[in-house]
Amino acid sequence: MSHLNADIRARATELVALYPEPRSALIPLCHLAQEQDGWLRPEAVTEIAELCGVTAAEVQGTATFYDMLHIEPVGTYAVAVCTNIACLLGGALELLEHAESTLGVRAGGTTPDGVFTLHEAECLADCDRTPCVQVNHRFVGPQTPESFDALLEDLRAGRLADTVPPHGTLVRVRRSTGLQADRDQIASERAAMADAQTARTAASGGEAKG
Amino acid sequence: MAVTDAPKIVTARMGHDDSHTIERYLATGGYEGLRQALTMTPEAVAAEVDAASLLGRGGAGFPAGRKWSMLRKNPVTYLVINGDESEPATFKDHMLIERDPHQILEGVLISAYALQVTQAFVYVRGEFALGLERLQSALNEAYAHGAVGADIFGSGFSVDVVVHPGAGAYICGEETALLESLEGKRGFPRIKPPYFPAAIGLYGEPTVVNNVETMANIPWIITNGGAAFAALGAGRSTGTRLFALAGHVRKPGNYELEMVKTTFRDLIYAPVLGGGIRGSNTLKAFIPGGVSAPWFGPDQVDLPLGQDEVGEAGSMLGSGSVVVMDSATCMVRAAWRITKFFARESCGQCTPCREGSGWLERIMYRIEHGDGREEDLDLLMDLCDNISPGVAWPPQQTTICVLGPSIPSSIASGIRMFRDEFLVHVKEGGCPYD
Repeated sequence: MSHLNADIRARATELVALYPEPRSALIPLCHLAQEQDGWLRPEAVTEIAELCGVTAAEVQGTATFYDMLHIEPVGTYAVAVCTNIACLLGGALELLEHAESTLGVRAGGTTPDGVFTLHEAECLADCDRTPCVQVNHRFVGPQTPESFDALLEDLRAGRLADTVPPHGTLVRVRRSTGLQADRDQIASERAAMADAQTARTAASGGEAKG
Repeated sequence: MAVTDAPKIVTARMGHDDSHTIERYLATGGYEGLRQALTMTPEAVAAEVDAASLLGRGGAGFPAGRKWSMLRKNPVTYLVINGDESEPATFKDHMLIERDPHQILEGVLISAYALQVTQAFVYVRGEFALGLERLQSALNEAYAHGAVGADIFGSGFSVDVVVHPGAGAYICGEETALLESLEGKRGFPRIKPPYFPAAIGLYGEPTVVNNVETMANIPWIITNGGAAFAALGAGRSTGTRLFALAGHVRKPGNYELEMVKTTFRDLIYAPVLGGGIRGSNTLKAFIPGGVSAPWFGPDQVDLPLGQDEVGEAGSMLGSGSVVVMDSATCMVRAAWRITKFFARESCGQCTPCREGSGWLERIMYRIEHGDGREEDLDLLMDLCDNISPGVAWPPQQTTICVLGPSIPSSIASGIRMFRDEFLVHVKEGGCPYD
């Protein structure tokens, strides 16, 4: 019984086919699972592991390394306030303080109604518009304390639904095609790669893994 | 002010609102470089890039042509593009990906042809949701246009490109960590040697890893010739380069400038560029190449924007980010925040980086927040010395990757340039700028 729905599952299968080894699709598949559930449910972790040919522990191990992958529920809107150097110089600490008091949670926390999760972010690479704010990884900055409150109202009222999809939806543009280069060439490259890996493993006394 | 009349190589389309579409791209000479390259031999294409002396635009500044020539004959080779821009205050690749994705793809396709690779991956920072959508749309358009896929433009050459999202980790900008991430793993940098990507890269195969801005230069180099590119700039720093100007200037933004011929003073003060320091304040210090770089003071503002020139002056041009701090800036707070960043982003493999960054952050925090001790300054420098012996530039390394030796830059700069300001924090039991 698949946890991922039919559409997500189909897209996951397409993604796996793009890579020399299925495990390369691990992070893109985590994003897809978050698109469905908003976060990485244990059932999704298990299914991603099957699709990528690795263990669930490996998926969990990778997922917990990355800031954007969540193994616990996240609010509908993940609000990230950058406080790194350029934003710091632009008043970001004051904005974060304001955000914490407005939302009633510290950075890292989720509001009791489950609508907002507040994050103190590292540099988001939008440093000529400070302080920089992202909601669900969409840029909505720069923000002042006043505009920040208006932003929250707009989000609550659903007025930004077109530009800010629910948390977990990262890329709304689907790849239009699979690999098109000659199938035989791709197959021979993948076989050569596998042979080389086997040879390396044998040469190192079988200790090194893949 | 000497702002030269060098051509806009990578920002030519930025004036158009629809610069990301294939219609605009084709109307402004798009994919002509690829068509031209496909009439040449792969070796001739590579030779053209070599003649341009294009230095990689990611941060390390390694010549792109030389990187290509390091590849030995092998049945499999991969091309991987680093679009994981995360160095604080660097926002040039973000702009290129969102605003001119086809230019990057054309560079990728030309490079793939030169290297004769069948598959290229563009690793884009996960937080760039719009950029990922724009790049995927552009790739879909390029497939439909026949520029990518089987037998591109009827040339007999076939190549596939995959847009791959990251998931939020600074360290994945380090090329071997990026490859680990692309293999679905935690972003742990690999030990070099032996894991130089050109020798042992993605899944152990020879791999070229190039930066997004590097790719964006390739179409122009093919269309106009490597010699025309090399004629711009001076010395080893040829061509133009994007400088991401941030901080206390009137007009922060990305500026494409001819290398070496332009100075930090031009970038910060020229009316058509930074426009000077905000308000009536004056320049206190600036960071010339990302937060991994040692700081410069006002007396170094006339240095040219050249890789070797900045390197000889004791810092680096690095990622092309320039952060301006004015006279109202607390340098302890600035150095503390940068240190906190490294402590958060250390991958945790190497003890000096993992433990050192956390210790440094806690000491910097207590100085900024009024609990500092005079001996903390020596303690900070001693810890820095444990991470990077000598605390010199270029830095000594005790760790697998360069994140570790990047940590001391801001603290050492802060203490060496603004020792009194650190001491005032200690003596007054708090931040005088609060």
